[in-house]
Amino acid sequence: MTEWINVIVQGMLIGGLYAMFAAGLSLIFGIMRLVNIAHGDLIVLAAYIALVTATTLGFNPIASLVIVVPAMAALGYGLQRFLLNRTLGDDLLPPLLVTFGLSVIIQNGLLELFTADSRRLQAGAIEVASIPVIPGISIGTLPLLQFTLAVAVIGCMQFVFYRTALGRAFRATSDDQTVAQLMGLDNRHVFALGMALSLAIVAIAGVLIAVRTNFDPAIGPARLIFGFEAVIIGGLGSLWGTLLGGILLGVAQGIGAHIDPGWQMLAGHFAFLIVLAVRPEGLFPKVH
Amino acid sequence: MSEPLLEVDGLDAFYGDFQALFGVTMRVEAGAIGAVIGANGAGKSTLLKSIAGLMAARPEAIRFNGVAIGGGPAYRTVARGVALVPEGRRLFPSLSVEENLLIGGQLGRPGWWNLARVYELFPVLAERRALPSTALSGGQQQMVAIGRALMSNPKLILCDEISLGLAPIVVRDIYARLPSIVREGSAVVIVEQDIVQALAASSYVYCLQEGRVALAGAAGTLSREAISAAYFGV
Repeated sequence: MTEWINVIVQGMLIGGLYAMFAAGLSLIFGIMRLVNIAHGDLIVLAAYIALVTATTLGFNPIASLVIVVPAMAALGYGLQRFLLNRTLGDDLLPPLLVTFGLSVIIQNGLLELFTADSRRLQAGAIEVASIPVIPGISIGTLPLLQFTLAVAVIGCMQFVFYRTALGRAFRATSDDQTVAQLMGLDNRHVFALGMALSLAIVAIAGVLIAVRTNFDPAIGPARLIFGFEAVIIGGLGSLWGTLLGGILLGVAQGIGAHIDPGWQMLAGHFAFLIVLAVRPEGLFPKVH
Repeated sequence: MSEPLLEVDGLDAFYGDFQALFGVTMRVEAGAIGAVIGANGAGKSTLLKSIAGLMAARPEAIRFNGVAIGGGPAYRTVARGVALVPEGRRLFPSLSVEENLLIGGQLGRPGWWNLARVYELFPVLAERRALPSTALSGGQQQMVAIGRALMSNPKLILCDEISLGLAPIVVRDIYARLPSIVREGSAVVIVEQDIVQALAASSYVYCLQEGRVALAGAAGTLSREAISAAYFGV
């Protein structure tokens, strides 16, 4: 019994991380109908920037966030303003192709710079610290911290999106680009801010995953799939739904892995396919 | 004569290969209400969209406050003080009534209009400020669209078919408030299919026909025959 509770709790905690992958993805899809195929690779890029920061400046990986987050946000702004904005239009295909190309470039660039070796960020004693909850079940301090951070990030996004002038600009531009311009909003700038916010979240997710598991230049696409699955399970346009989608995915993977380590990924994909078959609009679709 | 607030001179506009406006010329004085009338497809909306900066145009073809503004971009034109109430209202469905108004004022142009004064002009909106804009009736949505444009404190407000699809009593209600908008110093250009309404509300009328100005003159001086000739081209 405690064994299964343990599996579910651990799955929930990793689910927070998946939700964070997904949140940035769904944010930019929501604002500008852009499917960012390079999202996973940008997560890995953030992990490598954290690695360089931690090794050259001697920062604790968590502290490296103060550099990685602004760096990725700036990268996101530039990427959108000078490259991706030019691909946006009535056709969904050009941005898809360009971000796919970007994904290839990032993967190979990282391979060239850092080789294919697996890396890991060392966070020190916190990695093995845990909090006993009931006999037989302890929660790792690090996973708990990551989960809390994920919930906080999604809560912040929710606040920004629905309670601030910036969020209003995001929603208005998403509704009607032409009329948004009549309100004095330069949509190229609004889109660039959206991508900056998305990559700031990517940066947090990248650092957290780098502390938690090994990474190498090729793991990006799998993170992208987890992100997509969490978004679809939760329902497009709902941030809290995305969090639940991530948790569901994490729990399914945990259960699969517990039955047979080879089933981890498969169980996650199964959970996704079941939701897609039974409720294609996701568990908490945004009502329009 | 002082320089007019808006001066359109030899404006051409195109949708791809199709030319919608041919050398349109018009002027609007500060504090005046001008009307643009014409049949469907005469180019009325295209004219307003061009002034608002949504259509490509020669910069010199549109002068506002003495500055060449033809060709936009629209977000800069609104910052200069030109607001468009688009045809079909086009409120932001994801935003509440109040958020729609707030986003209209997000540039922070100084002036008479603010949230409280828009609610004073349209008291019914104050009661419904928290509702999604889609939950309002057509007339109330039109009030939000006008209020949203006013929030940018424009010197010139362009209203595209604000009576379309509304009950006559609602139209009268909305038109009754135009003078109080002008009183606060904005000029207004209305585009109307309803000629009687347009003549009653405005001081100067332009009639477009197939992309050209077929008739222009002070509202009181134009005979019905001249207007229908210019309107239908017979």
